[in-house]
Amino acid sequence: MTDLAATKKKGVTRRRFMGDVLKTAAGVGLFGLGLGLYSNRASSLPAHFIRPPGALPEDAFNGACIRCGLCVRDCPFDMLYLGEVGQSVPTGTPYFIAREKACEMCEDIPCVAACPTNALDHNLKDINEARMGLAVLVDQETCIAFQGLRCEVCYQICPIKDEAITLERQHNERSGKHALFIPVVHSEACTGCGKCEEACILEEAAIRVLPQRLAKGELGKHYRLGWKQKERAGRSLVTPDIEHQYNLPQGMRYEHGGEGLIQDGAGEIPFSDNPLDTLNREAPR
Amino acid sequence: MAIKSFPGKEAIQTQGWLKAHKWLLLRRASQIGILVLFLLGPLAGIWIVKGNLSGSMTLEVLPLTDPFLLLQSMLSGSVPILSGAIGALIVIAFYALMGGRLFCSWVCPVNLVTDLAAWLRRRFDLRGNTSLSRNLRYWILGLALLFPLLTGVIVWEYVNPVSMFHRGLIFGMGTAWVVVLAVFLFDLLIAKHGWCGRLCPMGAFYGLLGSGALLRVSAAQREKCDDCMDCFEICPEPQVIKPALKGADNCVGPVILDINCTNCGRCIDVCAKGVFRFDSRFHNREGLPESCSKTQTA
Repeated sequence: MTDLAATKKKGVTRRRFMGDVLKTAAGVGLFGLGLGLYSNRASSLPAHFIRPPGALPEDAFNGACIRCGLCVRDCPFDMLYLGEVGQSVPTGTPYFIAREKACEMCEDIPCVAACPTNALDHNLKDINEARMGLAVLVDQETCIAFQGLRCEVCYQICPIKDEAITLERQHNERSGKHALFIPVVHSEACTGCGKCEEACILEEAAIRVLPQRLAKGELGKHYRLGWKQKERAGRSLVTPDIEHQYNLPQGMRYEHGGEGLIQDGAGEIPFSDNPLDTLNREAPR
Repeated sequence: MAIKSFPGKEAIQTQGWLKAHKWLLLRRASQIGILVLFLLGPLAGIWIVKGNLSGSMTLEVLPLTDPFLLLQSMLSGSVPILSGAIGALIVIAFYALMGGRLFCSWVCPVNLVTDLAAWLRRRFDLRGNTSLSRNLRYWILGLALLFPLLTGVIVWEYVNPVSMFHRGLIFGMGTAWVVVLAVFLFDLLIAKHGWCGRLCPMGAFYGLLGSGALLRVSAAQREKCDDCMDCFEICPEPQVIKPALKGADNCVGPVILDINCTNCGRCIDVCAKGVFRFDSRFHNREGLPESCSKTQTA
């Protein structure tokens, strides 16, 4: 009876109250668990969806971006989109697809200026410092430069031509007498704007912008390149170099810089024009 | 089957249809007007407002930021820039004065959906109801704020029907229709006032934001109340009315101070006796007898 009296007085018993709280907590907890598991999947960004310039690393970006779309609106080239529900982009976050429309690398970076949070990092002042991704020549088998054809479209369209993409000359083994002009991307200059991928003349681009994490290898931290260490220290840090001694015939030297074997007095004609002089020469003693 | 009596019928008869729908019409004008402002840019190229309810820029000078989202963003470890922070402060100041859940009834696009569900419930006398606590929204609010703190990701935005619907209308729906439809069906068939009144953490957040709001609905003429129950029938948060309407004997003032009153004004519309009106929270002691001590009035 005391229980009933308490019920009437307080409205609910402690037992009932605790039960209700636990029930709600369990329900909300289960909902939260499902939400958490879903969010793990919903946070993943496929490699060909590229974030606007200045975007924080993906995890931080998904925490900072409030999905307002102001970057999309202030892009003068209308190449940014917001992820729609059902797309494999975190819902409401901005992206572009390089093959469809690449970043034009505006000098004033209006998309970053529009961002009300720091999801697009406002410390980015120079668009050349942006790292939206990294262009990678993913398929040498179809890139026609590797077939010895002059294409160079990616090289020509690159906004940081000759720094982000250079052309390297190689010997064309097939013809034996021609050159290959191979486009090479340099990660220290490439912003990942995607103009190369957009412009690639193939049906499917052979050069593609990939997220840095996919595009870049990383040397072991312990690794030291001997020649760089030597350059920095000004001397060899391991066994000191001893000049190599060759047993060469008199009048001959060897040059390590690339000239190879050198014969002193080369260029002088060792024999007289008149064969009789050779026939009448004295025998060496 | 003739339509049974519906809330507001008497008000229409005594005051005329227009007056009995005044606040509803104004509210719809506000909701649709705000949507139109956002849509003028992408549809007609007239850029008055850019962005969406999560963050917007009006005429290139007025930034507005959803403080609930910005809070989540900050809990994840991000620092907003000045314009984002100012935008949030403007929004906070507005709703702190005008009533936090004014957002729900005058701005939020999901209100159109849940109001439709509530109207259909009344129209077809659908009574199916799952009892969900009206406090559940605070649990979900806690969950929504806990996620960015623990995982660094604004998880609620993956499922938030409010921002999904508004963003979808402006930037492209994708399959967000399904989520909006789910909210509609939930409200229609599963729980009365289920989404806005029990689950939505945005409403909970804005409600808390406006807990000291100046603009309130007041049952100023409560002595005229003839217990027709129309206001309780129409109100999306009927529990907020009783203390103010029936509190005269307990020295409770006539102003509805409950943070979950959405200031929608429908009670004003449907009351044939003209009991309700918009008022300031400071008029809560009016009409109270001298014998009521100060401590008992809010």
